[in-house]
Amino acid sequence: MIEFKDVNLVYPNGTQGLKNVNVKINDGEFVVIVGLSGAGKSTFIRSINRLVTPTSGSLLIDDEDILKFHGKDLRKLRTKTGMIFQNYNLVKRSNVLKNVLAGRLGHTGTLRSILNLYSKEDISLAYRSLQRVNIDEKIYNRADELSGGQQQRVSIARVLTQQPKYILADEPVASLDPPTSHQVMTYLRKVNKEDNITTIVNLHFIDMAMEYADRIIGMRAGEVVFDGPVSEVSERTFEEIYGRSIREDDMRGGANES
Amino acid sequence: MTKENSSLTPKKVPSIYPSRTKKQVTFIFLVILGIYLFSMYWTQREMVGGIGGALGNMYTVIEKFFPPNFAVLPALLDPMIQTIQMAIIATTVAAILTIPLAILSAQNVTTFKPIYYVTKTFLNLLRTIPDLVLAVIFVGLFGIGLFPGILALVIFSLGILAKLVGETIESVDMNPLEAMRASGGNPLQVIWYALVPQVLPQYTSLVLYVFEINIRASVVLGYVGAGGIGLILNQQLGFYNYPNAMAIIIVIFVVVIIIEYISNKLREALI
Ligand SMILES: Nc1ncnc2c1ncn2[C@@H]1O[C@H](COP(=O)(O)OP(=O)(O)O)[C@@H](O)[C@H]1O
Ligand SMILES: [Mg+2]
Repeated sequence: MIEFKDVNLVYPNGTQGLKNVNVKINDGEFVVIVGLSGAGKSTFIRSINRLVTPTSGSLLIDDEDILKFHGKDLRKLRTKTGMIFQNYNLVKRSNVLKNVLAGRLGHTGTLRSILNLYSKEDISLAYRSLQRVNIDEKIYNRADELSGGQQQRVSIARVLTQQPKYILADEPVASLDPPTSHQVMTYLRKVNKEDNITTIVNLHFIDMAMEYADRIIGMRAGEVVFDGPVSEVSERTFEEIYGRSIREDDMRGGANES
Repeated sequence: MTKENSSLTPKKVPSIYPSRTKKQVTFIFLVILGIYLFSMYWTQREMVGGIGGALGNMYTVIEKFFPPNFAVLPALLDPMIQTIQMAIIATTVAAILTIPLAILSAQNVTTFKPIYYVTKTFLNLLRTIPDLVLAVIFVGLFGIGLFPGILALVIFSLGILAKLVGETIESVDMNPLEAMRASGGNPLQVIWYALVPQVLPQYTSLVLYVFEINIRASVVLGYVGAGGIGLILNQQLGFYNYPNAMAIIIVIFVVVIIIEYISNKLREALI
């Protein structure tokens, strides 16, 4: 369980990234965070694995306040929170398998990982993860030989290999075309259901949020301005979150093309 | 619409650069040309006999140096190998020492500012000392031989290599590093998995490049007492044995060209 209690985050330059955030995310949920660019979605998600550190309040993950963590504690926390990025963040010159095995880094000793001494279980876990996102035939391709959608699937496989309890996805489809976007969201959703991994996804497409989320959290200027199940969300809700009327580019579209 | 169009056509075609820039560039160009002409005139005046005299001297020099005495070739093998060894050992040591220094002098990886500034300043200091000066100092300290030469080359090439590798590190894609950190990797794992693959080809290429520089530098260093073929060349010139010296010069020339050729081919294959 993830619990934000009165969390504030002020960046060194004075920007308020998070403002009095109180949110509780239960195990197994699929939560989509929506909001305009600059609303604080990335700050919210990156607080959970402490890529940024809130300046006040407390953030409990499995009943531990992670804001006090550093060094080993922090790496242990990050081992159980897998992350997916807008730009896939693969090592382009390394092959797919090596990229996916990097998901085991937190579970593997420094020397073993540097010498590539992964256990048989780790390697077969990496391979099965690639199979789950249907990209196992590219195992020895260099990452930069793959298309955007394929790279994002490899990054999902990397996260699966990490065997996290939580998956944080920061705009995972922002660089993809509509059909590929739906494919990636479908995989995330499937993993969430099959492995019961709590998943938090940042999106700014309304239609995708409605299609995949169990629950939607709306943010504006660092504040949580909406929090509720999808069944309670209407176009009106989005207009309130965004503070303006809905436009065509708030929709990804293309659901039936995929 | 039509009115706007016609106003843009023939009469006034804007030039690519604003006229102010053009004037500045022309001015700078003229100043530099002036400096060239002046220094040409000045050096000629200082030179006894001017360009004409130099051409005359050249003839006498060439006459003394030719034909080269290739009978000394077998005796040159050992010192030539020493020179190459000097460059290889120095490049290897520098290539290893470069790794921590380059990482610490890369702003994107070493986020702790004081360490970054100290390393950067240290490297800048290293680069201000010419290799010849280093060699003269070390020959003074340790006596004539290969060791002072190697030491001088290590310090000299460390300055160049760590700077170039450091800059390569600063230009890498930081996204994969963030991903490794986010998955619980420790700093060493992050560097090994996300940084090393990105800089390895460039690093190898730079090491080869510095090796080429070191081969040439080690000849020159030998000249001030750091052993190898340079030392022999210096001795032969001291005995006024010009045909021997010419043979040595030709050997150096050929060896340097061969090594640069191989090194270039390797670097081409890498990138
Ligand atoms: N490292 C940072 N330093 C200063 N301000 C930042 C930093 N990162 C984000 N911000 C600011 O914090 C606010 C929230 O940003 P972000 O969480 O990235 O929003 P979103 O992901 O919703 O687009 C924005 O105003 C942004 O400019
Ligand atoms: Mg963002």
